[in-house]
Amino acid sequence: MKHVKTLNNANLKESAVKGGCGECQASCQSACKTSCTVANQKCEHKK
Amino acid sequence: MIHKYTSNGYFIVLDVNSGAVHVVDELFYDILDYLSEDNLPQTCPAEALSALQEKYPQKEIIETYEEILALHEKDLLFSSDDYEKFASMMTPSPVKAMCLHIAHDCNLRCQYCFADTGEYMGHRQLMSFEVGKAAIDYLIKYSYGRHNLELDFFGGEPLMNFDVVKQVVQYARSLEKEHNKLFRFTITTNGLLLDDDKIDFINKEMSNVVLSIDGRKEVNDRVRARVDGRGCYDSIMPKFQHLVQKRGQDQYYVRGTFTKYNKDFANDVLHLNEMGFDQISVEPVVADPKMPYALTQEDLPEVFAEYDRLSKIMIEKDKKGEGFNFFHFMIDLDQGPCAIKRLRGCGCGNEYVAITPDGDVYPCHQFVGHEEWKMGNVFDQSLDFERKAQFAKATVYGKEECKNCWAKFYCSGGCNANSMQYQGDILKPHKLSCELEKKRVECAIMIKAAEADLV
Repeated sequence: MKHVKTLNNANLKESAVKGGCGECQASCQSACKTSCTVANQKCEHKK
Repeated sequence: MIHKYTSNGYFIVLDVNSGAVHVVDELFYDILDYLSEDNLPQTCPAEALSALQEKYPQKEIIETYEEILALHEKDLLFSSDDYEKFASMMTPSPVKAMCLHIAHDCNLRCQYCFADTGEYMGHRQLMSFEVGKAAIDYLIKYSYGRHNLELDFFGGEPLMNFDVVKQVVQYARSLEKEHNKLFRFTITTNGLLLDDDKIDFINKEMSNVVLSIDGRKEVNDRVRARVDGRGCYDSIMPKFQHLVQKRGQDQYYVRGTFTKYNKDFANDVLHLNEMGFDQISVEPVVADPKMPYALTQEDLPEVFAEYDRLSKIMIEKDKKGEGFNFFHFMIDLDQGPCAIKRLRGCGCGNEYVAITPDGDVYPCHQFVGHEEWKMGNVFDQSLDFERKAQFAKATVYGKEECKNCWAKFYCSGGCNANSMQYQGDILKPHKLSCELEKKRVECAIMIKAAEADLV
């Protein structure tokens, strides 16, 4: 496409169906403990 | 739902429901003003054509519109919101993370501390090993089938009770095999009491370590003073450098707080980097707006400009091979958490709890001291399941303001404790935090756009 470059292979919807195992880190524990961000967390199943 | 913005010369479009991120040209960006989920006809709307024909050739407008339709067909633009059904199915989870308040006491008197001066509006107290042990048993019980467990040693200042930290680690490790658990320990410290023995123990046992320092000496010492009023920078900086050098890996953070006193906080981030740290988190203070150091609505333009400045500096440093990690600009557009995780965010009161030195259970460290939120005790293994269910339902679809926010799958509803404290309801997000979070997400994605330019 000439007018757009897509940066990622979107997979959010797919992940809703397959996800939710809960083995990942609790968001608040990561570094902040005051300003929750979730999109910067890792999935336990993706390396 | 889409969100579009410009930053550092990039025109960026986020498709909220698919998570797709597009860098577009100005024409594409402009046409979007005339479109919505409900208004995507097979040919470019006449309104858009007539409004844009003076700025762009008609052929280009039509061509661009076809690209928009093609993305829509692939469900990457104006994609539908299919998540509410999942949100309504969100049930309480096992408890998998615990904040252990190993010391309700502190050897610093940081002005902005949410825990008073370490004692959480109660009295100064260290946790006994008996309480720590019962907390581990409690976590094992309520984690049910979850394998990965997190335990953060928190305070106050946890190094004031380090012997108990060591005992608790040893006890938890002794149960891992039998219960098929993996404990990931973390510790958050102000560093004053660090010595080689403690550093070695931390580096061996803790999967992450959070080192509290606010940045430049004058910034740090103004708000992070000892009991006698002296600053702590000169004591902690060499200890943190030593710990990180010995650690030899990137699972750590130097973590600072910025306030109204240092709205040029990018200089603190850069200072920490210059001092040899490459895992950095510097975060806005959350405080009663009446406090002199509190950030308020009127500070936002300056703070936003500073985030912009920091992102541009980070892009330039990265190009020179001098890149570093800034916690709030970390974002993985492909490998990030699943949508289910993104529906519910922080996890407090549901999969995450805090334990006081008395063994009382609270939804998280920030609720400690607010007696009405007590959820149980580790000795009688009580847990308020009704309260837990209340937190389990605190999804982005359970929060009216989040439901229609473009950033809902990036922040996942924000900090419930801040919502409770400043808005009086865990379902009502703290506005100022929302504004800051949205800005950081925009910066983080712009940095990704700049990185993609280099490929």
